[in-house]
Amino acid sequence: MDKKIPTGAEVIIQCLIREGVEYVFGYPGGAAIPLFDALVDAPQIKLVLVRHEQGATHMADGYARATGKPGVVLVTSGPGATNTVTGILTAQMDSAPLIVLCGQTISPMLGKDAFQEADVTGITYPVVKHSYLVKKTNDLPRIMKEAFHIATTGRPGPVLLDLPKDVTGGPCAAPMVDSVDLPGYEIPGVPDRADLQKAAALIAKSRKPLLYIGQGAVISGAGKAVAQLAEKLNAPVVNTLLGKGAMPEDHALHLGMLGMHGTAYANKAVMNCDLIFSIGARWDDRIIGKLSEFCPNATKIHLDIDPAEFGKIIQPDVSLVGDARRGVEALLPLVRKLDSADWVKECAAWRKQYPLRYGKQGGLKAQMVLDELDKLTRGKAIVTTDVGQHQMWAAQFIRSTFNRSWISSGGAGTMGFGFPAAIGAQLGVPDTPVWAIVGDGGFQMTLCELATAALQKVPLKILIINNNYLGMVRQWQELFFDNRYSGVDMVGNPDFVKLAEAYGVKAWRIRRNGDVKRILKQAMAYNDGPCLIDAEVVKEDNVFPMVPAGAGYKDMLIERPKQKMAKPTGST
Amino acid sequence: MSTPNPTASHTISVLVSNKPGVLVRVALVFARRGYNIDSLVVSPQQDSDFSRMTITCSGDPGTLDQIIKQLFKLVDVVRAIDHTGDQVIEKELALVKVKCPPENRTQVLQIVEHFKGVTVDFGSESLILQMAGGSDKIDHVLGLLAPYGVVEMVRSGKILMARGASAT
Ligand SMILES: Cc1ncc(C[n+]2csc(CCOP(=O)(O)OP(=O)(O)O)c2C)c(N)n1
Ligand SMILES: [Mg+2]
Repeated sequence: MDKKIPTGAEVIIQCLIREGVEYVFGYPGGAAIPLFDALVDAPQIKLVLVRHEQGATHMADGYARATGKPGVVLVTSGPGATNTVTGILTAQMDSAPLIVLCGQTISPMLGKDAFQEADVTGITYPVVKHSYLVKKTNDLPRIMKEAFHIATTGRPGPVLLDLPKDVTGGPCAAPMVDSVDLPGYEIPGVPDRADLQKAAALIAKSRKPLLYIGQGAVISGAGKAVAQLAEKLNAPVVNTLLGKGAMPEDHALHLGMLGMHGTAYANKAVMNCDLIFSIGARWDDRIIGKLSEFCPNATKIHLDIDPAEFGKIIQPDVSLVGDARRGVEALLPLVRKLDSADWVKECAAWRKQYPLRYGKQGGLKAQMVLDELDKLTRGKAIVTTDVGQHQMWAAQFIRSTFNRSWISSGGAGTMGFGFPAAIGAQLGVPDTPVWAIVGDGGFQMTLCELATAALQKVPLKILIINNNYLGMVRQWQELFFDNRYSGVDMVGNPDFVKLAEAYGVKAWRIRRNGDVKRILKQAMAYNDGPCLIDAEVVKEDNVFPMVPAGAGYKDMLIERPKQKMAKPTGST
Repeated sequence: MSTPNPTASHTISVLVSNKPGVLVRVALVFARRGYNIDSLVVSPQQDSDFSRMTITCSGDPGTLDQIIKQLFKLVDVVRAIDHTGDQVIEKELALVKVKCPPENRTQVLQIVEHFKGVTVDFGSESLILQMAGGSDKIDHVLGLLAPYGVVEMVRSGKILMARGASAT
């Protein structure tokens, strides 16, 4: 048989195979049919047919965060493509590598309001790392190579391809491409030696050092090097919401999460340190609170692969441009043990004085359920979360002990993320238990993916922390808006157990403290597919500690305040 | 209106890969951060894979550093330099249509000649003048011509090049 010239769609799928893609998370439509057609002949790639395109993006994102490999999304034009925007934003904010392939109307019809035409390239400019509107089929091999390169290197992020149907349907004679030529794209590696020496000199002077680690430490796998640095210096460590897991949170020098809902002892350390060293974190407003009061007297060192982060929020004393792991490794030989024993003791005392706590009386507490889960999983599970109170309680009570074991939407705070992200994570890491901890509100935003999870037979466990409220918003209304509840009551919630069963998903309900351990264990033992636990927790509980948005750390609330609180001034 | 004060003017030179959409990406960096683009000149390079954008803009000086970094972060941007305060050659071209009945002609032409302008169109009631040079000079000439009646005006926007060995 002659070798026929492949179509653009066939070349795209060949490129996916060459990049080692295992899964494509997709939903079809007219403009994407050539691509779905080409998938028929590519058994190496498994198509995960989702129920909504947003779900596909979060699955690809969860897959990417759990494995470190890019997640691939395939959708049709117009509404199919616009349904991915939330997921693209979510990935962009948290630096997750995605390849989003969008069908498009045929190129002669572009700009003519063709059926299901949307200018998706234009719509997504602000939320992608890069994008391509492909006009020539022969450009596809080069563009596919560049897309994977850009998505996965440097500070990773989503790359979108807008693919007119005549481009995917037309013949592609261009050969495969193995290298990229991108003169405007630089990937920082090891920080400059002189800068490292400056940082080492500042560190040498510190008596109260603090390492503050974020998503960059996870992405680069800096955990081991950070632990070595912490031990060598004798310096405590805190992590951001996204930095959880980079370095084991059960390490003696680890104080847990800092920031708005960080542990009080982590935040006390932030308030009192004389040097703070950011490793792959970006001084986000959930960390900083009130800028003028954030460690005003501490020396600040900032290691980041993205130079645009330097001076964006704070002006560091030294900026180290580079990969978090390689930066810390290069710094290690330049530093010595510090005279910080008193400081480490002080931090340990705060840990004793202000432990995370919750009332054991008065009904089922979310914190208690999560605390039990942590005791049972013993740091061996991957945990994804949705967004809200349950997310913060999970961040506080689930100790993340290995890299890429904590997956949560931080920058975008996207409700609906947690459950589909768990599907992607479980597909990517089939041998590790995956728990999706979600709220009753957020779960309903993407619960249609129960069908996807059931079909894929992924043994993930969904734990709904069901307080019958949009709890986090309710908390703000209670604390800062005089208890004037508005739009937060989840009256009308379905019976989640019956709902799961309707999809053929095994489900339990937890109502009493006495049920918790037993049912969690049953779920852990269940491996025939996804399962769900509806934990009916007390309705009106609040997440503490809390640094109100825009407030300084000195205004941290360790428990429910007696006095009336002013409306927060910070972002959202 | 939305521009914060003080609004210092800056001239930024951006070397970009000649890819579709690059102009939109660059413009979005400014728009998002409340910067007004006062003029923008895009021109091809000797190597047709690249283009040069010369952008004059105004806004909060503290934000400019972020803008430059965000521009540089764009995959298609090779270089982005703020040339404010640098040793540079700056030029602009203006075409000005001035009302010019015969009785005013001598005076208008004297102004043009003094500033080394060129008359590129001669009508019975109006002239089109071509002025090149620094933006200040063009502003000044426009001021002098105003009393005669400027009917229309088109300015090219500023272009610049760093002196000597420095790169633009
Ligand atoms: C898509 C989206 N819409 C709105 C919000 C604002 N928001 C943040 S937390 C929250 C409440 C979440 O409620 P639920 O999922 O029940 O979790 P809980 O806080 O009760 O644990 C809301 C509405 C958001 N983060 N994302
Ligand atoms: Mg809730």
